[in-house]
Amino acid sequence: MTELTVVVVDDHAMFRTGVRAELERLGTGRVRVVGEAEDVDTAVDAVAGLSPDVVLLDVHLPGGGGPEVIRRSRPGTTFLALSVSDAAEDVIGVIRAGARGYVTKNISAEELLDAIERVAGGDAVFSPRLAGFVLDAFAGTIDVAHVDEDLDRLTEREREVMRLIARGYAYKEVAKELFISIKTVETHVSSVLRKLQLSSRHELTRWASDRRLI
Amino acid sequence: MSTRAAPSEGFRRAHRPADRRVLAGVSAGLAEHLGIPVLWIRVGFVVTTLINGAGLLAYLLLWWFLPLQAPQDSPGLASAERRGLRTSTTGGPSRQEVVQSLALAAIGAGVLGLLALAGGWLAGWMVPLLLVVTGIVVVWRLFDDATWNAWLRQTRGPGFLARLLVGVALIGLGALYLLTVSRGLSAALDFGAALMIAIVGLGLVLGPWILGLWTDLAEERRERIRSQERADVAAHLHDSVLQTLALLQKNADDPATVATLARRQERELRDWLYGRQDAGASFATGLRDLAAEAEAHHRVAVEVVTVGDAVLDEGLRALLAATGEAIVNAAKHSGADRVDVYAERIDDRLEVFVRDRGRGFDPESIAADRMGVRGSIIGRVERHGGTARVRSTPGDGTEITLTMPITSNEQERT
Repeated sequence: MTELTVVVVDDHAMFRTGVRAELERLGTGRVRVVGEAEDVDTAVDAVAGLSPDVVLLDVHLPGGGGPEVIRRSRPGTTFLALSVSDAAEDVIGVIRAGARGYVTKNISAEELLDAIERVAGGDAVFSPRLAGFVLDAFAGTIDVAHVDEDLDRLTEREREVMRLIARGYAYKEVAKELFISIKTVETHVSSVLRKLQLSSRHELTRWASDRRLI
Repeated sequence: MSTRAAPSEGFRRAHRPADRRVLAGVSAGLAEHLGIPVLWIRVGFVVTTLINGAGLLAYLLLWWFLPLQAPQDSPGLASAERRGLRTSTTGGPSRQEVVQSLALAAIGAGVLGLLALAGGWLAGWMVPLLLVVTGIVVVWRLFDDATWNAWLRQTRGPGFLARLLVGVALIGLGALYLLTVSRGLSAALDFGAALMIAIVGLGLVLGPWILGLWTDLAEERRERIRSQERADVAAHLHDSVLQTLALLQKNADDPATVATLARRQERELRDWLYGRQDAGASFATGLRDLAAEAEAHHRVAVEVVTVGDAVLDEGLRALLAATGEAIVNAAKHSGADRVDVYAERIDDRLEVFVRDRGRGFDPESIAADRMGVRGSIIGRVERHGGTARVRSTPGDGTEITLTMPITSNEQERT
């Protein structure tokens, strides 16, 4: 695989330096950090100027937050959300804006490399926590407001896959558990991602409370 | 915005949601409180208004009595929003809802107009009364907005004064109209003149004093709130972060302890900043406490993911205890450095999965040395009507699945 170019967007300089150092130490030949940015404006400029393969994007960012960067960048840029914030609304928000995955900042360097390569290859990266948030969002327990009604309900299979990921299963283990191929697991995860992103504005909570899911 | 509240016991009080108002938030608040679609409530208000204005009166009374409530964000989120690190997720009522309400109001007004024409009492008290009501609505809405803006830390726009004047003028006009209808213009003039003189006189005598008192009071209150908040944050940091930092320095040569301490502190700070504000006796909070405890005692990372929640009843308490046992078992015996815990509420039951990637064991052979599994996990859950399943392959880790029906309580929504 060719070397992937990465831009790190985070308002904490210490964190940017740390990520850069770790990626350089472990990821030589796989990943190269070509730029950094510290707020929405510089991030939009950096992404436009450098057109990196993957943007590591903090959820909370001066100037309106991570989703704002995604909205103002060229469609087709690949974003991987990275955060310490544990607020479900914000994590779901950045995914809905178009990020291909979400990992927490305490992720190991090796896992981060994996995640970068995975999103660059067009797959989605779901951590157990994100899978939990997604299930919660579709059940209406957290209020992300506006996921469309029937169009966006998860299929039974997608729900099963999400559940297994939330239980801590890796994609490989999910595939084994459900007797399907890893490729199929990836397809299911991508389609969940699409449902989150494409859904039109609609009040999910009402839908959920009508069905007494809350 | 709101992470939906965990189910909680105790009274629910109706309120007007500040972030989802079309007019005053009365309908939205009632709909949420009673659990019926907001459209019905709006139709109800319009229809009952046709009966001698009862609906309108009820609406105004409810507006008066129901408190306006800001969405409850965790401190971390509120602060991030103030500093522009995030944009709020909820943006008021949907356009569809606004259009719907306007249409309803228009229909109501139309029908009322027709009735009035047919009855011939249009000229009398109808018009001034409507003027007064509109004035009241404009002024009240203004005060609601001022409160809401104060929460959002925004300054008042120049429109504030204009709107206030329009509202007061409408009320005055309506009152004037009412007076003149019954007794002619001169009565209104007399009354108005006397009122004016009294107001001006009082204003001249007491005005400066009242103004001074008012600003002092507001300033003092602001300052007190600010210093209290500062003290709370300082106390919290002292109790948690500072203590942990001290411990970290003492244990600097022991990586395992450092990692455990850092992890515990992270979890705690995270809960404080972004956690649910209404932690009661719910299953999810209990589970998180258990995980924190196991992490502290056994030096493993316990990753907890929950979907949905329920109020603790007897069965769920047993389930919680069994889950705790399963976590401790995995931490002590599996040799894995991480335990994944997942709990989901599916309709009327709760499912919990405790999984490790440790050395595993043969489930058939648990009789002698694994009393914990048989007695305090499987037995405990089954005694309360639940089921337990242990799946373990030597070398490949263990997963314990526990299911418990939720018997008592609540289809609660808060």
